[in-house]
Amino acid sequence: MKAHLTRRYMFSASHRLHNDAMSEAENKATYGKCNNPYGHGHNYALEITVSGPVDESSGMVCNLTDLDAFVEREILERFHLQNLNTVPELDQTVPTTENLSASIYNILQRGFTPAHLEKVRIQETMMNSFEYAGTNEIRK
Amino acid sequence: MIYLTRKAEFAASHYYHNPEFTPEENQRIFGKCNNPNGHGHNYTLEVTVKGEVDPRSGFVVDLKQLKEVLNREVLDAMDHRFLNKEVPEFFTRIPTTENLAISIWQRLAPKLKTAQLHRVRVYETSDLFVDFYGEA
Repeated sequence: MKAHLTRRYMFSASHRLHNDAMSEAENKATYGKCNNPYGHGHNYALEITVSGPVDESSGMVCNLTDLDAFVEREILERFHLQNLNTVPELDQTVPTTENLSASIYNILQRGFTPAHLEKVRIQETMMNSFEYAGTNEIRK
Repeated sequence: MIYLTRKAEFAASHYYHNPEFTPEENQRIFGKCNNPNGHGHNYTLEVTVKGEVDPRSGFVVDLKQLKEVLNREVLDAMDHRFLNKEVPEFFTRIPTTENLAISIWQRLAPKLKTAQLHRVRVYETSDLFVDFYGEA
């Protein structure tokens, strides 16, 4: 039987929302306080949902130790306590949480094989969150 | 279609062990969760049902009834229990969060009258939950 498993990880990082292709006034108008040249930070809560048949011998969709190890190595190691504007995955884009979600989704999609990736959800603050599932529908 | 979610909490202990595995395999696959004395969690259960609104009552489902079914079929059986030793389906199935979600679905689905079960979500901790939609 198929189940969906969601695991939450926390990381903290800083960023500045700024697009060099925009004028200073346009950057200010578009990004407001987030355009502060010194940047600012968030405690991000990252939720990763994977799915698959529940293996009868283990009772699991995938072994959490595999997911935890992958996320630690490929995601937290990259983003935790970093300035997102300087991280290679994001330094050519504006490091909004939209782009961060897609970047993390793509890292998982490329490298995590034990279960099917359903979606990534990032809570940037208690007030806003972002979900990305590539070309797939997001299931509620 | 309206979706309605009811939440419940229960506390239970469990351990992970497959008698067909060697002791080394059990240890490698299940790690600390293989301790035969068990360990426990405060589980949070969210049951989502769906249906059309009854024009007379304005309800998708009578929440009193849903609560009764939830109490009788799930909480009475699992709250403050050692899942491996006291809940029959876990005598043979490993009580992972995945299997808990499946088991709770199987307990509830045949007992719900007016609404259709949409999703069972079981939180083992605030950092880990499983959704089951009744899919084969």
